[in-house]
Amino acid sequence: MAFGPYFLLATLEGLVTAAVLSLMALGLSLVFGVMRVVNVAHGEFYMLGAVLAWWFSSLVGGHPAVGFLLALVLSPLVVAAIAFVAERLVLSRLNYEPEATIVATIGLLYIIQQLALTFYGPEARPVEAPFNHRISLPWFGYSAYKLSVIGFSILMMLATWVLLTRTKIGLVMRATQFDRETAQAFGIPVGRVYAGVFALGAGLAAVAAVLIVPIQQAHYLMGLDPLLLSFIVVIIGGLGSLRGTVVAAVLIGLSDGIISMFFSPTLAKMLATLIVAMVLVFRPQGLFGAPAR
Amino acid sequence: MSENRKSLISSTSGLSRRTALKGLGAAASLVAAPGFVRYGQAQSSAPIRIGFQCHRTGIGAAYGRWYERVTTAAVKRINDAGGINGRPLEIVIEDDGTDPKRGAEVVEKFANQHKVDLVYGTLFSHVVVGSAPAAGELKIPYYVVSEGYHVASGKLNRYCVQPGITDVKAQVRSVAPWIASNLGKKVTLVYPDYAFGHDHRDFFEPAIKAQGGEVVAKVPIPPTESSFTRYFPQIPSDTDVIYHVMVGPAVLTFVKEMGEFFGSGGPQLFGFIDSLEAVDIASPGLGFLEGSHFWEGMPRYAQPDQPDYVTAYREAVGIDDNGASAKDAKDISTAAHMFGCWETLNVIKAAMEACDYKGVDDRAAMIEATEAMTDMEAGPDHPQGKKLFNGKIHQVFGEQNISQVAEGKLKVVHRTSIEDGAYEPEADYTTMSF
Repeated sequence: MAFGPYFLLATLEGLVTAAVLSLMALGLSLVFGVMRVVNVAHGEFYMLGAVLAWWFSSLVGGHPAVGFLLALVLSPLVVAAIAFVAERLVLSRLNYEPEATIVATIGLLYIIQQLALTFYGPEARPVEAPFNHRISLPWFGYSAYKLSVIGFSILMMLATWVLLTRTKIGLVMRATQFDRETAQAFGIPVGRVYAGVFALGAGLAAVAAVLIVPIQQAHYLMGLDPLLLSFIVVIIGGLGSLRGTVVAAVLIGLSDGIISMFFSPTLAKMLATLIVAMVLVFRPQGLFGAPAR
Repeated sequence: MSENRKSLISSTSGLSRRTALKGLGAAASLVAAPGFVRYGQAQSSAPIRIGFQCHRTGIGAAYGRWYERVTTAAVKRINDAGGINGRPLEIVIEDDGTDPKRGAEVVEKFANQHKVDLVYGTLFSHVVVGSAPAAGELKIPYYVVSEGYHVASGKLNRYCVQPGITDVKAQVRSVAPWIASNLGKKVTLVYPDYAFGHDHRDFFEPAIKAQGGEVVAKVPIPPTESSFTRYFPQIPSDTDVIYHVMVGPAVLTFVKEMGEFFGSGGPQLFGFIDSLEAVDIASPGLGFLEGSHFWEGMPRYAQPDQPDYVTAYREAVGIDDNGASAKDAKDISTAAHMFGCWETLNVIKAAMEACDYKGVDDRAAMIEATEAMTDMEAGPDHPQGKKLFNGKIHQVFGEQNISQVAEGKLKVVHRTSIEDGAYEPEADYTTMSF
């Protein structure tokens, strides 16, 4: 294949990765930014979103789009509810101490993973894409659904941005992030804000998962790789920075797509890890993050 | 038992008539218990215990589920017919997580804790390679159903046998002439980048060269990969045939993305059914497979001319005419591989009967009895077809099916002979010590 189309394909693949990754990393970044909690169980919320998507879509018959839309609405809500409960029952009781919450979320990771294995089983199951159109270009064909994933992801990012910067809820979140004690003094229910943010973060991971299940399949071990990539994105972009997360996700997604296509997937992972190391050494707060106060 | 012992000990310090009588009574009832008497008096009627190393979880889970069902069905058939040497067969299952390290631990657990007579049933080649040394050290027979060339290569040990399924080397040698004369001579290989895929890579190239063909490109894909589009540009445009074989939970994604990439106008496709095992061919997005060809160890779909013993086998293992579970049409079987479990258990039965297997002391005799086997006739014990066992390399050879996708089903269009896949043995296990 000639260089031009080859590069186009690599870019498209990279953008799909970036779209899903930015949603997922945004959830991780929000949770850390507001709560200062490193959520190791984030990948399992993603997996749970995918597994629930399969379950919801298999409940209804008819056109595959019906099942998919049902999953897209319900799956993130259920995952968010589970995260909300987990936050209230576990994290809030630990007073959000960094070490304790890391251990607690590792525990959460194993609990969710093993519950999925027990009740969902070890199989990989597909969710039917809402439409199966194939765009045929002169050099190769491409799935129209994959392109729509990019579009939908951009919409979700915009919605999150509006939520954070233009609504009262966002204002309360930002206030809590800026100074927890002052926020509390002004009557902001910090505990509930934390629970809400944790639920929102998990919900975003679930949205990413619902978008990916028609491309990949729901499997109980699928959470690990995206979790590592999300950490890479969040560290490069700067924890708690929405803009940084998006930029870093596009950077990592594209480099993963292009480098792994022209060279090898292993090299792409090595480079991503190298960038993380460089960022940690020379700009520990991330490309767009504010230095810790 | 422990309660019984406790009461005897306490009786030495302060013996009362009541405790002494209790102890005596307990001991007497233990001896009189039906199970105790049977095993105590007649060793020969105790069950023969086989440790089944099963891929219940991990990337081999779909295969593991069906291997388990076929094993259950085969054991039921053997037990209904009177067991082995008059003893019933009992299966002890341990999950290896499709993981080589865990596989070796499972073999040790079978030998030391469960104290089974032999270990059986492993499929994924990296698990076989990882577990085989443990079987050799513990001197426990290890009957695998794996396809890999590792048994036949002579690199394992005398306790490792593969008597129920043909290895990859023989499979690719038998399909290569058909590919060269029917599909094309310029072939690109797409395969998983580990032991099993390397067998395909290493043996297909010489096989197609012998037919005047060539391998124009090789595309290895990491077995944990979940996205495949990025690999397809490596396939040269002058390729006549894409030879694909993929494993793991992402096989459906692999085939779907191949369809998205090439549409129906791409090169000819020849796949090992592994790329679609446990996946419904009628899945959305797989329409482009119509007309393409697959290797099948045993046909997934019921064929119009199949013998009665195949029909009986399919009924026993619980698959319908489409190769799906009779109970759930969406639960597609791994029909092309799982027959190996059925046949291996029948070989184990034949070997145990030939050496008059009594217990773990006869393990070496059992291996020797297996090595002495040669021809296996097609029939209820070998529903996939007739087989030829080579005792030197512990490997069986059989006929292969080449099937074409027609109207969303696989129809066998060619059946290779045992000679097509035969090759010179490169090792001799019989000269190794036990």
